[in-house]
Amino acid sequence: MTVLEVRALYKGFGGVQAVAGIDFDVAAGELLAMIGPNGAGKSTCFNILNGQLRPDGGSVRLAGREIAGLPPGHISRLGVGRTFQITATFGSMTVAENVQTALIAHHRDLAGLWRPAASLHRAAAMALLERVGMAAQADRACGVLAYGDLKRVELAVALANDPMLLLMDEPTAGMAPAERVELMALTAEITRERNIAVLFTEHDMDVVFGHADRIIVLNRGALIASGTPQEVRANRRVRELYLGESVEAER
Amino acid sequence: MTGQIVVQFLTGLAGAASLFLVAAGLSIIFGVTRIVNFAHGSLYMLGAYIAYSLTERLAVGTIYGFWVSVVLAALAVALIGAAIEIAILRRIYRAPELFQLLATFGVVLVVQDAALWIWGPVDLMGPRAPGLDSSVEIMGQRLPEYDLALIVISPLVLGLLWLLFYRTRWGILVRAATQDREMVGALGRNQAWLFTSVFFVGAFLAGLGGAIQLPKGGADLLIDLNIIAAAFVIVVVGGMGSITGAFLAAILIGELQAFAVLLLPESTLVIMFLAMAVVLVVRPWGLLGRPVAEHAAGRAAEPLLRPPGRTQRMIWGAVIACLLTLPLIAEDFTLTLSIEIMILALFAASLHFIMGPGGMVSFGHAAYFGLGAYGAALLATKLDTPMELALLAAPAIAGAGALVFGWFCVRLSGVYLAMLTLAFAQIAWSVVFQWYELTGGEDGLLGIRRTPWADSRIVFYYLVLAACGVAIYAMRRMIFAPFGYAVRAGRDSRLRAEAIGIDTRRFEWMAFLIAGAMAGIAGGLYVYSKGSVFPDEMSIPRSVDGLVMVLLGGVQTLSGPLFGAAGFTWLHDAISRLEYWRFILGGTIIGLVLAFPEGLGGIWRQLEDWVRRRRAVARQAKP
Repeated sequence: MTVLEVRALYKGFGGVQAVAGIDFDVAAGELLAMIGPNGAGKSTCFNILNGQLRPDGGSVRLAGREIAGLPPGHISRLGVGRTFQITATFGSMTVAENVQTALIAHHRDLAGLWRPAASLHRAAAMALLERVGMAAQADRACGVLAYGDLKRVELAVALANDPMLLLMDEPTAGMAPAERVELMALTAEITRERNIAVLFTEHDMDVVFGHADRIIVLNRGALIASGTPQEVRANRRVRELYLGESVEAER
Repeated sequence: MTGQIVVQFLTGLAGAASLFLVAAGLSIIFGVTRIVNFAHGSLYMLGAYIAYSLTERLAVGTIYGFWVSVVLAALAVALIGAAIEIAILRRIYRAPELFQLLATFGVVLVVQDAALWIWGPVDLMGPRAPGLDSSVEIMGQRLPEYDLALIVISPLVLGLLWLLFYRTRWGILVRAATQDREMVGALGRNQAWLFTSVFFVGAFLAGLGGAIQLPKGGADLLIDLNIIAAAFVIVVVGGMGSITGAFLAAILIGELQAFAVLLLPESTLVIMFLAMAVVLVVRPWGLLGRPVAEHAAGRAAEPLLRPPGRTQRMIWGAVIACLLTLPLIAEDFTLTLSIEIMILALFAASLHFIMGPGGMVSFGHAAYFGLGAYGAALLATKLDTPMELALLAAPAIAGAGALVFGWFCVRLSGVYLAMLTLAFAQIAWSVVFQWYELTGGEDGLLGIRRTPWADSRIVFYYLVLAACGVAIYAMRRMIFAPFGYAVRAGRDSRLRAEAIGIDTRRFEWMAFLIAGAMAGIAGGLYVYSKGSVFPDEMSIPRSVDGLVMVLLGGVQTLSGPLFGAAGFTWLHDAISRLEYWRFILGGTIIGLVLAFPEGLGGIWRQLEDWVRRRRAVARQAKP
């Protein structure tokens, strides 16, 4: 089942076409990696999908519904979870409260003025934390966690709105190699058991080729290749793009 | 007609001169040190006073003597500015930004009383500038010659500043620091020296501004806060850290005021702040400003906010028990003071509500206190509304004001938001001040009587205790309810909050509304405790009182602001009969900021940490 359907997406900044007509799909339970050199248009594409940018043209459909140009909060409520390249959590709350806040937002209980929030959705939050291996630290302040743990909390927060699509911007940036593999294995496990579609960008090729089901390759705003890791690895244009450039650089 | 317009235009340009000088200094200081220097108006005032004394002594009546006095006065003020930086601000650069603000307000108070002591309470008439003491005729209209000098001075100073910033090493450093302070630190430049010199230059401009307007406006003890409000407006309209922006904004405001006098003399105060509000909504970072990176590294992580523990609850129980039994033992005087403390504690708690959990600093929270107070007072005096109804209407009126002002404010953040709140408070204040027929202007509204059943001081005491208690408790519940989490989420990480579907701006707006309404309750009660209301209740000093209470109490704790309010109100009352009470108050504020950069509420936390460490040591000592 196709969860995300992107068609003929365009976005320009001044004279630069950052995204110049991109099409791709992500299916439920699938991990799709979006790669490409710096300036290929990955971030722009991502920010259109999560609602921070409005595209100049094209369509973004989530489960058949057009979401291009909607504000981030609205897109979130339609079932999109996100993690950020630099983790974004609530520092004045505990780990559990971070997840609880996301759950409260998801259940639209935010306007409550009287009942303490600490008791709301606590069990569900603990279950999510259990799933990402952070239950033992549930009552610690988010501000004092190790970076790898923070990434796990973010994953739990991103799962709180029961998303059908998870957008992960450089999920393993800033982590040690061993931690990267662990986090991606955990992500793959969880998203498969919940049948969530995942789109992630990543610079670490080991992570990409080790965990993605499919890969799309962007260069200068255009899609130059897509397919399974094997297909992409064998693709001549991709090899030129990556190897060619590195050869250039070495000269 | 054309002549009148031309001359009025020139008058506007002349009026812009000292506005530009003050604002440029404020802007440079903010750009480099990120300090909103409330004391900048005081430096301006000192410039005027010192120039007055110098012109009296130095060769009266000579052109040379006058201008030398002006420059010497500016230099003296520059030295004072540098001394303030070295003695006070340098010690607290690591403290939260707002504490620096607080310290500068302490300086405002100290300077006010120092000026009172040195120059006395009488307004001083400035001397005519020798050689420029008559007027010229332009298209049949007369324009003072001195205005022409003023018109020449601002572009001249702008040019000199440009040379200073673009043609000297120091200027390059200042511009670099304005754009990226951490980077300059990383380059190994001597920051302390840079900051002091920036204060020197900024204070020089303020002093010069004060000195050159002496022949037009003279010197008095109120010009410090009057000019600081105007300077804030110009800096914000022009764009923080942009000198050219300040220049354009000063001309814009100067012209608006010059023509407002012609068309609608009552509107001069309002028009300046309206212009600011319009510019900020259209260009949130001012005419030539750039967005300030708010959440750049260096912003201290917020500590965990926990519901009160058992010890704290027991302390609160004891406090409430004391408050309940107080009327049985206390004298009238103590009861009156306690009533005021409770009302201001509610005011402080409502300010803390948006500042702490909301993360929105308000420089103008007195607006809502004043709206509640004037709302209740007008209902009582003009419509004979009974007290009960007027007290209920107060939060509604204040809340309505907060709803309108808040809509604009939440579109900005950080220091721009703070300045906009100040602008709105000044609009409200100037309406009350200038609309004499309705509000009685400076004379206030008098003779507001309590309903007979609440006439006795003891009954009113319990009424205030109940109202303030319930309101403060309600705000605490909200902070720990989902609403409070949503607001706090937006403060901690807007990006994440939006990503999980929280409409952060809406929640900020709602927090603004609630805080405004709560301040309105306090304002209404205040009117019935005093029986009168004056424009002072919504002036800048009242807003700053609130900031002092919250910040001294500790913005990161919930009970801190309440204790801050109690301590501040008590101290204020204890010293306000002394002649130089501002000096004592300002000195106390500066001393406290230097001693406890975390606030008085922080003492509690430090004590807790100490006890915990002692216990841990004791536990380890046991075998």
